[in-house]
Amino acid sequence: MADSFLSIQHVKKTFGDNTVVQDFNLDVGAGEFISFLGPSGCGKTTVLRMVAGFEEPTSGSIGIAGKDVTRLKPNQRNIGMVFQAYALFPNLTVAQNIAFGLKVAGVPRADSDRRVAEMLELIKLPQFGDRYPYQLSGGQQQRVALARAIAPKPKLLLLDEPLSALDAKVRVSLRDEIRAIQKELGITTVFVTHDQEEALSISDRIVVMYGGKAEQVGTPFEIYNRPSTKFVANFVGTLNVLEGTVTDAATGTVKVGAGEVTLKGKLNGSKAGDTLSLALRPEAISLGRQAGRDATLGGEISEVSFLGSVIRVRVGLGKEAVSLDTFNSPASPPPTVGEKAEISFSPEDVLVLH
Amino acid sequence: MRSGRFWAWAAFIVGAAYFFIPLIATLEFSLRMRRGTYSFDAYQVVLGDPRFQATFGYSVVVAVFTIILGVLVVVPTAYWIRLRMPYLRPLVEFITLLPLVIPAIVIVFGYIRMYGSNSPLPFLASARGTDILLIIGYATLALPYMYRAVDTGLRTIDVRTLTEAAQILGAGWTTIIARVILPNVLIAVLSGAFLTFAIVIGEFTMASLLNRPAFGPYLQNIGANRAYEPAALAIIAFAITWGCMSVIQFLARYAPKSANRPN
Repeated sequence: MADSFLSIQHVKKTFGDNTVVQDFNLDVGAGEFISFLGPSGCGKTTVLRMVAGFEEPTSGSIGIAGKDVTRLKPNQRNIGMVFQAYALFPNLTVAQNIAFGLKVAGVPRADSDRRVAEMLELIKLPQFGDRYPYQLSGGQQQRVALARAIAPKPKLLLLDEPLSALDAKVRVSLRDEIRAIQKELGITTVFVTHDQEEALSISDRIVVMYGGKAEQVGTPFEIYNRPSTKFVANFVGTLNVLEGTVTDAATGTVKVGAGEVTLKGKLNGSKAGDTLSLALRPEAISLGRQAGRDATLGGEISEVSFLGSVIRVRVGLGKEAVSLDTFNSPASPPPTVGEKAEISFSPEDVLVLH
Repeated sequence: MRSGRFWAWAAFIVGAAYFFIPLIATLEFSLRMRRGTYSFDAYQVVLGDPRFQATFGYSVVVAVFTIILGVLVVVPTAYWIRLRMPYLRPLVEFITLLPLVIPAIVIVFGYIRMYGSNSPLPFLASARGTDILLIIGYATLALPYMYRAVDTGLRTIDVRTLTEAAQILGAGWTTIIARVILPNVLIAVLSGAFLTFAIVIGEFTMASLLNRPAFGPYLQNIGANRAYEPAALAIIAFAITWGCMSVIQFLARYAPKSANRPN
């Protein structure tokens, strides 16, 4: 990326014999909101901590706004950070917490007071300046932590799983608030999460990490619809993986369970007799025949889960089974377990995982 | 159940009697200086004695410097151990416990041999130098209490995250310790400080062998030569110690409430 604001080049981090990050490369544009998504132990927090300066890379370099910061201490980097555990100073009031970075930077008292008031307005807690952290709810504390992080006008904002400690409803509303504030301020942001829904809904781009490496970097749409590896396909969203055997490579015919589907141009040089993994999202499958979804397979309904607005149905296809989602309609009852069913999907939506 | 409660109360009463009867007896005896009636004569004599005022004043000053030295040594050490070198914790805990197993007399003889007027560090060559050595010695004696108090205080806050939060906001080590860590462990530091005060006020061995005019040797001297005054002094010393404990309890109410840990 030519106008890279945050540049992470060939970064590697080892702890003793254990390599937790290997050859990590990433360029983040100015004002971009990028998420590191991955399971526990994938190295996402370690990369974030190296950007913050809490860990030093074993090799490689990190640059912010064109300046190499690899060996700079955290307090010399002008970065804001929000932690999972809030990390508000318990001995200081909300206003004093927000003013902490400004005071350290030697901002005059009047300017600092003005900025604190601005920040309290921004996080919609204008009357909470005199309260102590223990007098606030988790969501309010995290908003104060966000205000404290952005009060000194940092070049870069790092969010280390800031929503994980909150309950589901607060998590969603605060997630939207964070995104709105980030857009309003235009601050370049790196967000670490293990929650795919969070990453998909909030980010400009997502870095899916696994085993200390970036498996795929792309927009939420690309990551969800065009996963480049089996791990990304499995980790992001719910995925049905069916084992199929190529019966006719020329026509692209693959045997799945008792039926056959035709996947023209998707077999990537596979020969007759080869085994393939075919992946399909639940929303790409319909119960019954549907226009535009030409591939069909017959089976039997084995499980029905009512999830409110949608109904998740599991259909057995011989040894295989797939999950699919149908919208709930109060006028028609949900399918019943044991019913014979036909599923349909478009061959275009099938991902062939080699 | 009823029999269990009886024995619990019996054990409590025996324990309380073991503690309070000598105290009451000492108090009662200290009030009997005037023949045939109770009076505070012994207390008047003690409090009016210029040596009491001089030695007590000396010990208070020494205690204050001991507390300052203890805080300066223990707070950064305990903080650093918790933050960066947790693997050294067992070793540091062992070292801080040593003053409990090595008698003060051994420590002070070591000092006399090491820091005599002919040594490279001749603390004992002057009265001021000896005072400094006494303060160092007292800081050593108070180490087990001070270290444990501070370490317990640090355990109640998320030291690492608070440090990182302060660092990323631009703070250096001095600011972090002075404005983030110390205020949040202040109650623990004060507990250690008052325990140190109580130890220094009554300490005899070091002050006596280093020949300093402290309160401990004065107590011993009065005890050896008078009848009622030592009892009055014991009650005064006891009141001071309990006063310190009450102050710790009182201050604990004002400890910052920790909100670092997510619910």
